[in-house]
Amino acid sequence: MLLDKTIKELSDGLQKKEFSSEEIVKECIGTIKNNDQIINSFITQVDERKILDEAKQSDKMRKDTSSVLHGIPFVLKDAYVTKDIRTTSASNVLKNFIPPYNATVYDKLLSAGSILLGKMNMDAWGHGGSSENTDFGPVHNPWDTERSAGGSSGGPAAAIASRMTPFAIGEDTGGSIRNPSAWCNTTGLKVTYGRVSRYGTIAYASSFDTVGPMGKTAEDCAYILEAIAGVDSNDATSSSMPVPAYTKGLQNRLEDVTIGIPKEFFGQGLDPEIKSAIDVAVKEFEKLGVICKSISMPMFEYGIPIYYLIGPSETSSNLARYDGIRFGNDRTNFSDETMRRIMIGTYALSAGYYDAFYHQAQKARTMFIDEYKKALKECTVLIMPVMPTPPTKLGELMNDPLQNLLADVYTVTQNPVGVPSLALPCGFTKSKLPIGMQIVGSMFSEELLLRIGYQYQQVTSWHTMKPIMT
Amino acid sequence: MQPNNTTIDIAHIAMLANLQITDEQKAKFTSQLSSVLGYMAKIQSLNTTGVVETAQVTGLTNIFREDVIDKKRMFTQVEALKNAKRVYNGYFVVPAVFE
Repeated sequence: MLLDKTIKELSDGLQKKEFSSEEIVKECIGTIKNNDQIINSFITQVDERKILDEAKQSDKMRKDTSSVLHGIPFVLKDAYVTKDIRTTSASNVLKNFIPPYNATVYDKLLSAGSILLGKMNMDAWGHGGSSENTDFGPVHNPWDTERSAGGSSGGPAAAIASRMTPFAIGEDTGGSIRNPSAWCNTTGLKVTYGRVSRYGTIAYASSFDTVGPMGKTAEDCAYILEAIAGVDSNDATSSSMPVPAYTKGLQNRLEDVTIGIPKEFFGQGLDPEIKSAIDVAVKEFEKLGVICKSISMPMFEYGIPIYYLIGPSETSSNLARYDGIRFGNDRTNFSDETMRRIMIGTYALSAGYYDAFYHQAQKARTMFIDEYKKALKECTVLIMPVMPTPPTKLGELMNDPLQNLLADVYTVTQNPVGVPSLALPCGFTKSKLPIGMQIVGSMFSEELLLRIGYQYQQVTSWHTMKPIMT
Repeated sequence: MQPNNTTIDIAHIAMLANLQITDEQKAKFTSQLSSVLGYMAKIQSLNTTGVVETAQVTGLTNIFREDVIDKKRMFTQVEALKNAKRVYNGYFVVPAVFE
């Protein structure tokens, strides 16, 4: 099927007129009809006639110089505002909200000529790692529909895996792009903080939030990132660092790379099948000429407390604006998980606890930054698991709020530091559930991470595997 | 300062957070927040003497722009009011501050 192809293959086929954008969009509409009744990845679908018209228009307008993304359909996590298209953040608070403006990332993809298929299910406000904390019903994992797709960008990852869209834009505050990528066998990039504009993103934790690409391959992510990265006058925290041509260096070999394996990330609590899949991946990297060595990051155990004190503190402030007066419904519409996070943050910021919790976490954050700097001086990048377990059964994590938070243990440490991380498939469990790993680099090292991912995907085929339903 | 059931005044926290909670939720949230905050209290065992706080990681300071109106980012009155539940004569209706 066309949707098995990478972005580059789709773009080449469109340029050579082997198939049309209309045919790609029709295939998406078909797989959405067949699969999404079970998967539940969409919250809002854009009208079929509208997207077919856009595709036909795109076929007429295509030039040699058109963007690689021209005529390629995509989906947005429902955390990005889209003018005149309902945007909910998967919460009843915004159940009927029709934004009057566009997020920058959406505008950039529209200018590239991409076609929006819909707005995707997620954990409300990004609060969760299983796409179950949603007021629109949980997302089901295409590899086993009784299991979670991961979260919070579960809808986008499940839609890519079940071939409803070629690519997606996710949002990662503490693993929200990487963790559903690992559980759905897709590839996703958490970018350096500031690499992509956050303008028009519904904020979870403003100093952690990042906007990033999700696709089938590292190469897909490179093409998407080229289109969405860069400084934005509407987001003062966006970086003016030049945007490299991420796809140009993918072919370069990896002999200059040293991968660090932080031993603390492979200790107790990590599922043995995930550990052995990453051991095999390390051997694969060694065959590619990479030096792999064990290192130590003893601050690891403080990752969860740092994240779950600062993140909720910021969210308690960000979500204070939802009063149902100018837009949305009132505060009685927050889910239990969101109320817990607001209250944890309120507690950590309240008089008498501020020093012991929030203040202390912000100091620990500095120590974590130093620890990453040290590790990334010793090595070019670091390899880590994404999730401690394979996809859990729906309901398992939601029944225990603390366990639910601990599932993010490997992905929450990068956001307070700001560093980028690429999550990509590296195997399956005996029961055919996907396993992912992440490669973490220094600030603004996306080019290197994507090259490492690309080279790995040239010699492995995990990323080409797809669920039976497709 | 390990929080336990006696140190979390859930009604006070909910009031600060502008959240209404029922008696049933009070009991549930008290126990859930105690277990979560009890775990997070581990942060206090870290020696942070002399460490400066980090609030953001952009490396940027003082981003300025000209103090001029950007018409591209302006809403019409209709657009601004479109999502409001209660409007009157082109205004948002808000709850009374003084009774």
